[in-house]
Amino acid sequence: MATHANRLPVAGGFALRGVSPLTLLTAGLVAAVCAVPIVYLFIVILGEPAAAWQAIWRQGTLRLLLRSLALAVAVGFTATLLAVPLAWLTGRSDLPWRRGWTVLSVLPLVIPSYIGAYLFVSAFGPRGELQKLLGVEQLPSIYGFSGAWIVLTLFTFPLVLLPVRAAMRRLDPALEDAAHGMGRSQFEVARTVILPQLTPAIGAGALLVSLYALSDFGAVSILRFESFTQVIYQSYRSSFDRTGAAALAGLLVLVLLLLLTVESRVRRRRSYHRVGPGSARITADVPLGRWRWPAVGFCAAVALISFVLPVGMLIFWSVQSVAGEVDLGQVATAAGNSLLLAGLAAAAAAFAALPVAWLGARAPGRLSRVVDLLTTSGYALPGIVVALAMVFVGIRLVPVLYQSLPMTVLAMVIVCLPLAITATRSAVVQIPPRLEEAARGSGRSPLAVMATVGIPLTRGGMLAGAALVFVAAIKELPVVVLLSPIGFDTLPLVIWQQSSRSFFESGAIPALVLLVVTAPGIWLLVGRQR
Amino acid sequence: MNSKATRLALLPLAIIAIGAASGCGEADGGGSGDGKSLTIYSGRDEEYVGPLIETFKKENPGTTVEVRYGDSAELAATIREEGGQTPAGIFFSQDAGALGALQEAKLLRELPSSILDRVPSAFRSAQGDWVGTSGRVRVLGYDSRSLAPSELPKSVFDLTEPRWKGKVGWAPANASFQSFVTAMRLSEGEAKTKQWLEQMKANGTRSYEKNGIIRDAIADGEIEVGLINHYYILEAIKEGEADGDTYPVKLHFFTDGDVGTLINVAGLGIPEASKQQTAAEQFASFLLADPQQQYFAEETGEYPLVKGIAQDPSLPPLSSIKQPQLDLSDLSDLQGTQELLQETGVL
Repeated sequence: MATHANRLPVAGGFALRGVSPLTLLTAGLVAAVCAVPIVYLFIVILGEPAAAWQAIWRQGTLRLLLRSLALAVAVGFTATLLAVPLAWLTGRSDLPWRRGWTVLSVLPLVIPSYIGAYLFVSAFGPRGELQKLLGVEQLPSIYGFSGAWIVLTLFTFPLVLLPVRAAMRRLDPALEDAAHGMGRSQFEVARTVILPQLTPAIGAGALLVSLYALSDFGAVSILRFESFTQVIYQSYRSSFDRTGAAALAGLLVLVLLLLLTVESRVRRRRSYHRVGPGSARITADVPLGRWRWPAVGFCAAVALISFVLPVGMLIFWSVQSVAGEVDLGQVATAAGNSLLLAGLAAAAAAFAALPVAWLGARAPGRLSRVVDLLTTSGYALPGIVVALAMVFVGIRLVPVLYQSLPMTVLAMVIVCLPLAITATRSAVVQIPPRLEEAARGSGRSPLAVMATVGIPLTRGGMLAGAALVFVAAIKELPVVVLLSPIGFDTLPLVIWQQSSRSFFESGAIPALVLLVVTAPGIWLLVGRQR
Repeated sequence: MNSKATRLALLPLAIIAIGAASGCGEADGGGSGDGKSLTIYSGRDEEYVGPLIETFKKENPGTTVEVRYGDSAELAATIREEGGQTPAGIFFSQDAGALGALQEAKLLRELPSSILDRVPSAFRSAQGDWVGTSGRVRVLGYDSRSLAPSELPKSVFDLTEPRWKGKVGWAPANASFQSFVTAMRLSEGEAKTKQWLEQMKANGTRSYEKNGIIRDAIADGEIEVGLINHYYILEAIKEGEADGDTYPVKLHFFTDGDVGTLINVAGLGIPEASKQQTAAEQFASFLLADPQQQYFAEETGEYPLVKGIAQDPSLPPLSSIKQPQLDLSDLSDLQGTQELLQETGVL
C-alpha cells in the first residue's frame, strides 16, 4: 500500500546485485562509445599540455565559467518554476480544455532555441516589431544574460514538465489519502508526501535543461551572451586554436561532473515502486474552483509567449517570402532526410538507453555514476566538439563509415542520449525488482528477461525517450554539417544556408516545415499521456 | 519467447544495417584515383558556387564532383582533425584567415606557379600554399541624398569626429568587420585600434547584425554612413530595390592605403593529404580562368583578381585601390580582435 522508503543496496566495485551481466556489459559498451568526445579531448590536450594550460589560465576563464554556470542554474530554476504548476494544472486538476493545454505545454520543444532567439530579437530587439508598434526610440536591451535566460527557459521548460507531469499522474492516491487521514493539511501533504516523490523527476528534468543551457551555442550567440560554449566555438572558428578549445571543453566536463553529482544526490537512495499488492488507483482530478480562470490565464500566457507568437511570426514571414527564391523541392528532400536521421537516432537511442537506465535505477553507485558521466558528456558539450571528436576518431577507427549516415546517426545518439536515459530510467524505478527476480528465478536468460519483463514494462518510458531524442535530433546542426554524407541536406542545414545568405526571414519556410515534421514526436510524447 | 528476445536484439543491428546500406554508397568515392573524382570542402555558399561547379562538371565529364558546404572555419578545423586521411581534395574558403590557419598548421600543399601567378602577389600566400580567387573591399556606404562625395572622410579614423556622431553604422559580430579590425591591429597597432574602437563607441556608432542591414538602414535614412563590403550595394541594385542611378546608397573608398579599404579574398588551397591533386589543380585553374573570373565580377559582384577582366563599371578598378601593408594569411589571428571588441564593450 505504501511506497517503501528503505535504502537500496548501494553498489561499490563489482558487487552489482540487481543487474544482469548482460545489462552491465551493454551499458559499458554504450558508455564506451559515448566516451569518444572525452577521449578526443584527452588526446588533444595531452598533445600540447602547455598550450592547454595557457588557454585555461588566461584571464577571465573562471569568470566566464561562473557566468555560464549561473545561466545554466538560472534556466534550470525558472524552467522548473514554470513547469511544475503547468504540470499540476494539466496533469492533476480539472482545468478547462485540459487536453489542449497538455499539448500546447509541450509544443515549445519543437522550436529550436536558435530560431526562438532570433524571433525574440526580432520582436523585442532594436528596430523590432514591438518597438515599431509602440513607436518608441529605444527599449531596454534584451541582449546578454537576461535575454539568454528568458529564451532558453521558454524553449526548454517542457523537458521538466514532461517527467514531472508523468510522475504526478503516477502518484499513488492511497499515500495522500493516508496523510489526509492522519489530519495533515493540504499544504503539509504537498510538502511531505507529494513533493518528495516529485524531486527525482524535477531533478532529472532541470538537469537536462541546465545542461542544454550550458552547451547551447545558437541562442546565446544571437543574444550576444558571452558564454563558455561561445568562447569554445570562437576558439575553433576564429583563432583556429583546437588545443585551447579542447582545454575549455575539458573544464566543461568538470562542471558536468559537479551538476551530475548534485542531481544524483537528489535521486539516489530512494525507491518509488509500490510494494503493496495490486496496482495504483487512478488519481482523481483536483477541482480548481474559483481558480479555474486564473489558471487558464496562466496556461494561455505561457502558450502565447512560448509557442503561438513565435509560430505566428514564422508564418507571417513565410507568407511574405513565399514569392522568394525558396526551393521547395530542396526543402521537401531535406524534410525527408531530417525525418530519416532523427527517426533512426531515436530508435537507436531508445535501445542504447535501456541498459544504462537499468543500471542507474537498479545499481546506483560509483560505476553507474561513471556511466552517467560518459553518456551525458555528448549532450553537455558543444555540438562542434562532439562533431570534431567524431571526425577525429571516426576517420581513424572506421574510415569506411566516415561521413556516412550510420556515423551521423551514432553522433546524434551521443548528443541526445541522456534524454532517452532519463525517460527510461523513470519508468524502470517504478518496476518492483522482484518481478525481474521472479522471471530470472524461473530460469530465463537475461536477454529473455529483458524482452519479456524489462522492455514491456518500460515501453512507455522508452517511447517517451525516443520521442524526446527525435525532437532534439531533428533540430541538430553542427553534427550534420560535418559528418553527414555529402549532399545530405537536412532542414536545419537549409535554414542555416538560407539565413546566412541573406536575411533570416528567408529561412522561415524551412523553419516552419521543421516544426510541422517534428509534430509526430510531440504526438508520441503527449498522445499517450491520457 | 526466445525468438522475441532475438528479434529485439536484432533490431538495433537492423537499424545499423539499413543506415549502412543507405549511407555507404556515398561514403567512399573520395579516395580513389587521380582525376576521377574531386571532393570540394566549400565555405562559400551553394548559391554562388553551385553554378560554377555545374560548369566545371560539364567541362570535365570524367570527373565526379562532390561538394560539402559549411562554415569556412569549421571546415578548416575538420580538415585539421582529419589529418592525413582527409577526403577533401580541395578547400574553397570564404576568407583568407581559414586558409592561413591551415597553412600555419602545415596542412596545405604548395600550388604550382601556373596557378599562383594568375593573381597579384598581395592576394595569394607568400609561401604559395593558397591562392585568392575573388576579392571584396571594405568600403564606406553613404547616403547620397544627404552627403556630397567631398564631405566624406579620407580615413576610417576620421569617423570618430563629432561630425559623425550617431550617424555611423557597423556590424561588430560580422566576420568581415572582424577581419578588418584584425588588419587594423596588424597595420596600426593594438593601442591605436583600441583607441579607435573606444572613440567610435563614444561617438554613438550604431551596431547592426549584418552588412545588409546597415545598407538598408542607410537607405531608410536611419544613419548616414556605414562600414560594409562593397558588393552589398550591387546586390541591392540587382535584387531590384532600385536601379543603379537612383539607389540612394553609394560607395566611398577611403584614400589609398587606409586600412579602412582592406581587400580580403575568398580563395582555395589543396590539403597536403589530398589524394586528388590533379583534379584539384584542374579546379583551381578553372576558377582562375577568364570566364569564371568574369562570373565573379558579374554574378557575385566581387572583384576578379586576374588582370584584364572587366569589372562592374560602377566600381573603381582593383589596381587603383591600395591594399594596406599586410599578409592576408595573418588575418587568421582573430582571437585578439574578439578580445579587444569585448574589452572595449563594442561586442
